[in-house]
Amino acid sequence: MAFIDYYKVLGIAKTATESDIKKAYRKLARKYHPDLNPNDKTAEQKFKEINEANEVLSDSENRVKYDKYGKDWKHAEEFDKAKQQQQSQSRSQQQTSQNFSGGDYSDFFESMFGGASGRGNSAYRGQDFNTELELDLRDVYTTQKRTLTINGKNIRLTIPAGVKNGQVIKIKGQGGEGANKGPKGDLFIRFVIANDPKFKRDEANLFTTVDLDLYTALLGGELLVDTFDSKVKLTVKPETQSGTKVKLKGKGFPVYKKEGEFGDLYITYNVVLPTQLTKKEKELFQELTKLRSV
Amino acid sequence: MNREQLIPLSHFCEHYHVEMTFFRSLNEVGLIEIVQFESFDYIHEHESSALEKIIRMHHELEINLEGIETVLHLLSKIETLQKELITAKNKLRLYED
Repeated sequence: MAFIDYYKVLGIAKTATESDIKKAYRKLARKYHPDLNPNDKTAEQKFKEINEANEVLSDSENRVKYDKYGKDWKHAEEFDKAKQQQQSQSRSQQQTSQNFSGGDYSDFFESMFGGASGRGNSAYRGQDFNTELELDLRDVYTTQKRTLTINGKNIRLTIPAGVKNGQVIKIKGQGGEGANKGPKGDLFIRFVIANDPKFKRDEANLFTTVDLDLYTALLGGELLVDTFDSKVKLTVKPETQSGTKVKLKGKGFPVYKKEGEFGDLYITYNVVLPTQLTKKEKELFQELTKLRSV
Repeated sequence: MNREQLIPLSHFCEHYHVEMTFFRSLNEVGLIEIVQFESFDYIHEHESSALEKIIRMHHELEINLEGIETVLHLLSKIETLQKELITAKNKLRLYED
């Protein structure tokens, strides 16, 4: 449990007046408030710290305790023990404040002040939870149900097909409990979708490269290629150049929340030249060279 | 109009200790839409989370109405830019190995 310098957190001197504390808190709260910094974990953490610092320093009684014991751990621990004895005598009261705090306060704060008892009776919205869900491209090709465990609670989730890398979805009311009948917070899930080794994705379009042997490229023919979920037979035109792109309409990725709609699949041909030519092959290519140079 | 999707504004007044005039001012500047039904004021359920956000800004950060309007406008701009950034980053992945 690290010592937290609440004066430093608020950027004020130890001699700061009540008005200085209020001013410093307001300034920092406006900068780091979660409503002004959605999905920003750093700001969220910073806001908790300044809230906690304000909780202590704006209450004259708490400030005196903090000034007296906060600097010296040994004294703080003695204070903590005394506080625990006191708390065991008023167990029901402590129970309420523990439910209230819901992880919004540091261990240091809990040990010094036993939770957020000084907050009064205002209704507070519960904490928003943020989490990341790592999936691969195949996972988001079809709509699927998953169960996530957030803070020990199982949350069933339907992930719509076509969800994008970096996309954030909000699950309303699945965040922390509100205080004093305040509403629950929300759960924000950010999807991190790993690149697929074979298919690249841009929105609902997929891109892939297919090797084409020299002879099929020159003379044309048929080719069986992989789409994301099946195989298709393609007719290759004679004299197809390396780098030629073909579009397979509707063979791309599902469009997010538009059932039955798919993007396109773009195939780039990569003509592969034969290697380790036999003597006969070399002779034939030389023959061809002569024919082209005539 | 489905009444089940409406929340009486009096609930918000009671819950957040806010005067009804505050909500009327929000309605006037177009930040929320008050629906009148049988001479009572309501808001749509889908607006409740935006309204709670506005109340928090007003109470916890002491931001006035004009400030809230500006903040919400800028937040919406940030959201658009973040979406564009994600799209651009995802496009860059096309060129990664």
